[in-house]
Amino acid sequence: PRPPLPSPGDTSVLAGLYGPAEVKGSKELPDRAALEVLLRPKVGLPGVIERSREQLLRRTCESVVLGVLHPRTAITLVLQVLSDAGSLLSCCLNAACMGLLDAGLPLSSLFCGVTCALDPSGAIVLDPTTRQEQEARAVLTFAIDSAERKVLTATTKGSCSVEEMQQCLAAAQRAADTVFQFYRDSVRRKYSKS
Amino acid sequence: MAAGRGVEVETCVGQVVLPGDVLLLPAHPDEDGERLRLGVSAAPRGRLLCGPGLRRCAAGLLVTKCGLLRHRQAGGGATAGGAYWVDSQQKRYVPVKGDHVIGIVTARAGDVFKLDVGGSEQASLSYLAFEGATKRNRPNVQVGDLIYGQFLVANKDMEPEMVCIDSSGRSSGMGIIGQDGFLFKVSLGLIRKLLAPKCEIIQELSELYPFELVLGMNGRIWVKAKTVQQTLIIVNILEACEYMTAEQRKQALAKLSGN
Repeated sequence: PRPPLPSPGDTSVLAGLYGPAEVKGSKELPDRAALEVLLRPKVGLPGVIERSREQLLRRTCESVVLGVLHPRTAITLVLQVLSDAGSLLSCCLNAACMGLLDAGLPLSSLFCGVTCALDPSGAIVLDPTTRQEQEARAVLTFAIDSAERKVLTATTKGSCSVEEMQQCLAAAQRAADTVFQFYRDSVRRKYSKS
Repeated sequence: MAAGRGVEVETCVGQVVLPGDVLLLPAHPDEDGERLRLGVSAAPRGRLLCGPGLRRCAAGLLVTKCGLLRHRQAGGGATAGGAYWVDSQQKRYVPVKGDHVIGIVTARAGDVFKLDVGGSEQASLSYLAFEGATKRNRPNVQVGDLIYGQFLVANKDMEPEMVCIDSSGRSSGMGIIGQDGFLFKVSLGLIRKLLAPKCEIIQELSELYPFELVLGMNGRIWVKAKTVQQTLIIVNILEACEYMTAEQRKQALAKLSGN
């Protein structure tokens, strides 16, 4: 079980990571760890949106976790949405990364999630609130990795031109620095106590 | 935090490193890609050991776990070499060859016991791997017993195997752990702290009450004192040690020995 992540505005997600643990027979992979993500919404049962987000998070995590070091094991990541005030997907990405970091799983790099909203006038808003997301023309979420600021995952809702997408990506890569510095400071604080 | 640039490894020793950080190793001063070395090289190069939390990559060492970077000089006065590793805190145990752990017997399959060691797979322990055990003289091990042993085989591809004897055939403290006592789990970092030579926590506790203690590298501790109450007090102190500073611990112990 891992601590919750303070996030843009009041969106918060609690991440719990279990593993490498025993895996049920059919899900076993012979050469690497089987990663599973479970996303639980604040109210109600998980639906189709949660399932698609789980797959997105799973693919992002799989690209950084060194699963080859733990074949035939299962790594389970459970995310519980505590409150949603916008930019939920990037908050889940950040919580997932902090969970992986805190649990001591071998990672090839870190990643962070950044959401950009394009409002009708064409201005870029980073980490939009729910209101800004609804009024925006397009909402783009990127998962940026820490080694070379490459894009691990990109998902968009709405329509935007290619130039606008490039601009949002550049803004997200700059914003990623702040998040990585936050990771570094939290880890420093944790290890300063011991 | 600029992307793609490595940091010299010596500057990071004792500091927090995150996964994805690339640590550059000091280049060998005699290295020159153009010229061939005809004579015997003057300084013998020590071997560099890449410990837990680090992997070799093209540029140097890639950090894979977050934690404090530690360094130990190589023995014998070699200037190069030595070992680097990342001191990380985690609760989940991954079996490592040579580690002494406490296992719980879960099943008996023919001549082999299956032990739960807290990893992803159960470890196997042959009944012949005890001191003085023969086919006629079998050890008295029941399901639910606690065993203190070490890993003979522990890698990612095979089922871990444990033994309760060392290479010369003596048990040296390993085997079935006796009746009574209390088993509980702590984080791996606390175990390493307790196993350090001249650990203050253990010395202070032994001044309080006499007790028996078995520490398993898988995060499990077994404690037995004269009465149940004393045992539970020691358990609570060991569990709380993880989050208490040295002063808080001394205060807590002073309060207890005053009672």
